[in-house]
Amino acid sequence: MDRRTFIAAAAASPLAASLPMTGARAQAANTIRIGVLTDMSGPFRDISGPTSAVATRTAVQDFGARGFNVEVVVADHQNRPDVGVSVARQWLDRDGVDVIVDVPNSAVGLAVNGVVRERNKAYLNSTAATVDLTGAQCSPNTIHWTYDTWMLSRSTGAAMVRAGGQSWYFITADYAFGHNLQAQTETFVRGAGGRVVGAVRHPFPGTTDFSSFLIQAQASRAQVVGLANAGTDTINSIKQAGEFGLMRRGQKLAGLLVFINDVHGLGLQTAQGLVCTETFYHDLNDATRAVTRRIVANGAQANWPAMSHAGCYSATLHYLKAVADMGVAAAKADGKAVIDRMKAMPTEDDAFGRGSIRADGRKLHPAYLFEVKAPGESRGPWDYYKLLQTTPAEEAFRPLAEGNCALTR
Amino acid sequence: MDDFFGIPAPLLFGQLLLGLINGAFYALLSLGLAVIFGMLNVINFTHGAQFMLGAFVAWLLLNFLGLGYWWALLLAPLIVGAFGVVLEKTMIARLYKLDHLYGLLLTFGVGLIIEGLVRNEFGSSGLPYRIPPELSGAWDLGFMFMPVYRGWVVLVALVACIATWLVIEKTKIGSYLRAATENPALVQAFGVNVPRMMTLTYGAGVALAAFAGVLAAPIYSVNPQMGSNLIIIVFAVVVIGGMGSILGSVITGFGLGIVEGLTKVFYPEASATVIFVVMAIVLLTRPAGLFGRA
Repeated sequence: MDRRTFIAAAAASPLAASLPMTGARAQAANTIRIGVLTDMSGPFRDISGPTSAVATRTAVQDFGARGFNVEVVVADHQNRPDVGVSVARQWLDRDGVDVIVDVPNSAVGLAVNGVVRERNKAYLNSTAATVDLTGAQCSPNTIHWTYDTWMLSRSTGAAMVRAGGQSWYFITADYAFGHNLQAQTETFVRGAGGRVVGAVRHPFPGTTDFSSFLIQAQASRAQVVGLANAGTDTINSIKQAGEFGLMRRGQKLAGLLVFINDVHGLGLQTAQGLVCTETFYHDLNDATRAVTRRIVANGAQANWPAMSHAGCYSATLHYLKAVADMGVAAAKADGKAVIDRMKAMPTEDDAFGRGSIRADGRKLHPAYLFEVKAPGESRGPWDYYKLLQTTPAEEAFRPLAEGNCALTR
Repeated sequence: MDDFFGIPAPLLFGQLLLGLINGAFYALLSLGLAVIFGMLNVINFTHGAQFMLGAFVAWLLLNFLGLGYWWALLLAPLIVGAFGVVLEKTMIARLYKLDHLYGLLLTFGVGLIIEGLVRNEFGSSGLPYRIPPELSGAWDLGFMFMPVYRGWVVLVALVACIATWLVIEKTKIGSYLRAATENPALVQAFGVNVPRMMTLTYGAGVALAAFAGVLAAPIYSVNPQMGSNLIIIVFAVVVIGGMGSILGSVITGFGLGIVEGLTKVFYPEASATVIFVVMAIVLLTRPAGLFGRA
């Protein structure tokens, strides 16, 4: 009940002036409030944003009524850690939010991590890429649900070499994210028996034309050109690689951080042949098709769910199961206890199938290496991927011991 | 194979050519800015958004009216230019008598609003726009693989730059415009409708931005922030060339494209910075810019 309805109710029945208050309190005590903190207005809007909110609401709907109310609130963090932190504080301190979901952008994702731990609430991060959430900065109140840079570089790096891509050239965004992604991928490429023949770093932000870097990659004659960048940079790289005929001349393009929404934005004509990794695709099996239909019907017609959105769905559903299991009062009082309960329960949902959550807060499920279809192979809307390789859940993510998470020592 | 400072010659030629192509975009965009600043004394910070609108209008024409690239090249500048005319009439015209800063703030704000609205409507990951079939494919130049479309961009940009320069420097309308910049009251006294001329000039500058946007649509990601990524560099180009100097901005645009292209070979990490280093040096030695009048 918000303030306006409260005032209306109070005005309507002067006799029961004190009753709505107790009613509201009783209701708030029996309500779980989920905050979707996301990017509604910036570069990550399509890989999170409105579709994340829709996916979270779909999970609430699929969970059904089990003796307590569930509310979903949404806010835009504008990709600014300060904004993210202040929204999170307001939600947790004043607005009775119990769990924060989604949070793209690693800088914001890490900042919110600290706030949630301080307030002992729950944090289900689906869309930040940083592997630190289950490493140096792991928290007993946090689960990192969907993907991270380690998983991406391992899947794309090692599986590509197995699929025949022996020599690599990197086009890397010149900042910490790009350097890490390149270094991690290089390790896996070498480990799988491949070699790295060169790399070029492009300024970030501020690069719109990648043709110079692409012809350097072309001149290197590497079999695989790895794109260690993200978002618009990746899209521009792929678009211009098509223009300069990299793929037509036999080189493979590997996007180290590509979502299906990026492929949609590029169009198959341009993106065909691109190789990338996700942990969810709508057309994997009957269950993923069914959950996608529900999410799309709930308001994601223009922007179908990627793995990040599926992560919001799956995390919310599992969270609500844990709440039902331990009781609303206990769940609201202790965020860490809910996270512990979530770790103790095996996960199962339509998006990721069966899975589990590790002590460091890492959700485990398989990683899929996809190749983007040619326009002629695509039979329906968003029919973009064909499956190349599957990395099983137990190998897909960084081993527990290597993360150095304080919770596991 | 000959080497220059350890870089194989073919790679170097390739980069020079690519620099020239990027320079074509810089030239085209800074041309519009220079026209607007030279004639109206307004620093048009909406330019990036208008460039982006050009690309989006091209996409809309294709997807809703079935009008392809060639129609877009003609219609998008007209549509976005008309929007510019409305903007000038209703808002910018009120600021001519005030300090530059007001025009800058207004156009910056309008740019942000346009970007936000487009993002709300179309999302952030961009829209597909293909190279027209007549211009797809590539030439093998021996030292590099040159997409036909890039050659087309250079050609069109050159033609547009020369045409604009001719109109302003060699025609009667151009001479009215230049006179009106010097002394609007006097030109008005001679019976020339100066406010309307200003409006049309702004519209033309905006149309140039939209034209560049259509040219960019097949090769850059068509997304709401595509203009703001480019516009800062373009402002540097205008400052280096000399605020308001048409010829200056064209030559500087192409020149800096080449400088940037070479940087991408020798020290790629600095390729986004090099233009600003040049700007700092130019401002220290010639505060009015290379071609500006002090």
